[in-house]
Amino acid sequence: MRFLPVLSMAAALATAAFAADDSFIIKGATVHTIAGADIANGSVIVRNGKIMGVGKNLASPKDLKVIDGKGLHLYPGMIDAGTEIGLVEINSVRETEDTSEIGKFNPHLVALTAVNPESEHFPVTRFNGITSALTMPSGQLISGQASLIHLDGWTTDEMGIKPRAGMHLRMPVIAMPRGNAAVDSGDLGQALIARGSFTEAKRAFDKEMLDLNEFFESARRYMLTRSAMPPGTKPDLKLEAMIPVLEGKEPVLITAVREREIRDALAFADKQKIKIILCDSQEAYKVTKEIKEHNVPVILGPMLALPLNEDNPYEQQYTTPAELQKAGILFAIGTLEGKANLSSRNLPYQAAQAVAFGLPHDEAIKAITKNAAIIWGVGDQIGTIEEGKWADLILTDGDPLEAQTTVKQVFVKGKSSDMDNKQRKLYEKYINRPK
Amino acid sequence: MRSGSMKFRRLVLMMTGAVTALAADQPVLIQNATILTITNGTIKGSILLRDGKIAAIGEKVMAPAGAKIIDGAGKFVMPGIIDCHSHIMAEAINEGSVSVSSMVGISDVLNPEDIGIYRALAGGVTTANILHGSANSIGGKTVVMKMRWGTNAETMKFEGAMPGIKFALGENPKRAGSAAQGAPGGAATVRYPATRMGVEDVIREAFNDAKEYKAKWAAYNGKAAKGEIVIPPAKDLKFEALAEVLDGTRLVHAHCYRQDEILMLIHVADDYGFNIRTFQHVLEGYKVAKEIAAHGGGASTFADWWAYKMEAQDAIPYNAAILVRKGVLTSLNSDDAELMRHLDKEAAKTVKYGGLTETEALSLITINPAKQLMIDKRVGSLEVGKDADVLLYDGHPLSNFSKVERVWIDGHDYFDRAEDISSRTKKELEKKALIQKASGGRGPGAPATLPAAQRVPNQ
Repeated sequence: MRFLPVLSMAAALATAAFAADDSFIIKGATVHTIAGADIANGSVIVRNGKIMGVGKNLASPKDLKVIDGKGLHLYPGMIDAGTEIGLVEINSVRETEDTSEIGKFNPHLVALTAVNPESEHFPVTRFNGITSALTMPSGQLISGQASLIHLDGWTTDEMGIKPRAGMHLRMPVIAMPRGNAAVDSGDLGQALIARGSFTEAKRAFDKEMLDLNEFFESARRYMLTRSAMPPGTKPDLKLEAMIPVLEGKEPVLITAVREREIRDALAFADKQKIKIILCDSQEAYKVTKEIKEHNVPVILGPMLALPLNEDNPYEQQYTTPAELQKAGILFAIGTLEGKANLSSRNLPYQAAQAVAFGLPHDEAIKAITKNAAIIWGVGDQIGTIEEGKWADLILTDGDPLEAQTTVKQVFVKGKSSDMDNKQRKLYEKYINRPK
Repeated sequence: MRSGSMKFRRLVLMMTGAVTALAADQPVLIQNATILTITNGTIKGSILLRDGKIAAIGEKVMAPAGAKIIDGAGKFVMPGIIDCHSHIMAEAINEGSVSVSSMVGISDVLNPEDIGIYRALAGGVTTANILHGSANSIGGKTVVMKMRWGTNAETMKFEGAMPGIKFALGENPKRAGSAAQGAPGGAATVRYPATRMGVEDVIREAFNDAKEYKAKWAAYNGKAAKGEIVIPPAKDLKFEALAEVLDGTRLVHAHCYRQDEILMLIHVADDYGFNIRTFQHVLEGYKVAKEIAAHGGGASTFADWWAYKMEAQDAIPYNAAILVRKGVLTSLNSDDAELMRHLDKEAAKTVKYGGLTETEALSLITINPAKQLMIDKRVGSLEVGKDADVLLYDGHPLSNFSKVERVWIDGHDYFDRAEDISSRTKKELEKKALIQKASGGRGPGAPATLPAAQRVPNQ
């Protein structure tokens, strides 16, 4: 029972006789700061949830409880750069799903509003060392504001790091909706018939592009004329929410999977003069030059995914991170929506797959810590072990990218998280069922 | 349109994999490797593949004349992965119009050109149990295939493997009973059953009928043997398959989630005197491990899938470990063309979740599924005399940083990562030339690329 020590450690932490539960010093761990070189036998001082000191053999302040990190590794908590955590409990049960609102344009909806702090997904995901996530709505064109959250906290207010981290836009696609029987059965010939003609699909695409541009134009008109409106004029919540985007203060998270959509997204950003972050860009490897030129960061989805096309190399999804890294593109990894059986807890294993196929190990760690924080505009708050940042820390018995590694303790804003969860309770209960 | 789609597939096949004639293979000797035999510990040494079999394993093995020598220094050798639950190759999944569809068989609809075969190979899978979906309380007949990419569906069949049949319990078979969901194809028809109670009833009724069917044939055979002139009963393919289940000549693989439905099926099987060879998915198997073990059933589950449907709410990643500790023959399966590519990484999770040893973890994807499919005399471990279904890794198979470099089935080379990479430029040129030819030379004219077909998940 490899995790029994964790339980006792959590218990010890909970009962420690120190006043502040978010102040302590960790001593003797190998500290992987991700900001610079690793520190063997390192110490980290945490006060009121913030990192106040990082170094080798720091003296223990008298008022701080000491956590022995000997033989263990300390990493910054991992960040899932794109997911639906907290918005969905059970994929197939409609009542537990809060990702997709009705309507094409919902820039005013905020994901954090619908995050359930008691979701079972939080403790289960923290268990593997993920301490924050960008949780995002999805749906038609503009589905709402993605929120950056901590995966621990009593309320959504406590969990929110950046409620409006990015406005999620799905780039129009030339394709008929999926889900018909022929597509499901894998019969491509029948699927083509069911999907209708290219002309029809292109017409639908053109219409969406037109609607999208018009929506942006009306928002821009609203922004420009707003000051001239008589006092007491009812605000338009949708258009109001567009202003930070149009002012370039807030990025637009654009889901653009294939090459055509990625190119469309870059052109759209140029045309609308907006700051964008590409999302789920599975064919980004085909457009590295242009993405780099536009200086646009990318949120990649899971590496453990099938290639988009039958005749792609078998490891196409595995190699994309390495290709972006070589091209000098800033990217992070998310587990992304709509991938029913993938969950945030496997984020480190997605990154590991990229390492197996050419991404340097330190770059893989950055893609789920530091770079995710930078892309989401909170590089000064989380993502590395540096003074002044939130003490989002994980203490492990090995490399967190390896499935066999156990995360011994998670700290979110300096508070030691409960490492227990429903799954472990069920394990304890049933492993002990009498013969 | 259909032939167009097949033409496209054929093109893809030519692009992505070497179609090699199955001539007698050169013996292969892998030297200086770490050999994970699974059943006889770990050996630092050599393994010889000859005439389709594992000919020798040891610290030192003499190279026979003409053998291809592979330096395995720093590398790992293990038996080919066996996936006890896959739907690759299947061009149709559910015969959803009836709840008992034992008259149909998946081997009638297998596409040997499915790119999923090659991708599974690249993930180390050499054998897979191909099943129908889970829309039917009693589904169709299943078949065990070796991933002999580049051959035909008949040649890919695992010779002599016991045939099977898919059962399904819980949400999926009862879903078709909901008017809102309707039957596949879109018609809003109501199909019995709509509850777990109804699922039990459907299975009992089917076996009552099958017993009656068997009795009729026994009576006829008895009279015919005595030379009486009697009219034989009508053959009924639905009951033929169920009669084989009652005779113990067809293995039952039952899709299930909750402990109540697992117990139900155990009771039904005990009442009618047949065995459930594997409980598939069996995410609450850990709650009734004792009962599954007592029945003599196996369990084939996921490492950590959960939360995708109501009946997966109590799924825990410790399931496999608990089942193993409680004496149930357990395997990990994919049910999914993507997951199928990293069953090794899934096995690694059971070391963390529940503390299995590395050998126990690897057994979940090798010898245990081989036993469940009753093909363990042939495959599932590295032993002299077994089929040369062998993987070469660039690191320990349970490390997330390792990958499969080579795959042999029956001693024949089916996957070579270096060769795959080096041949890409040539294939790309070949593809362009073929597209030119297909488009009658009208410019680049590349046909719009079709998205990889997405199947309804059959969890």
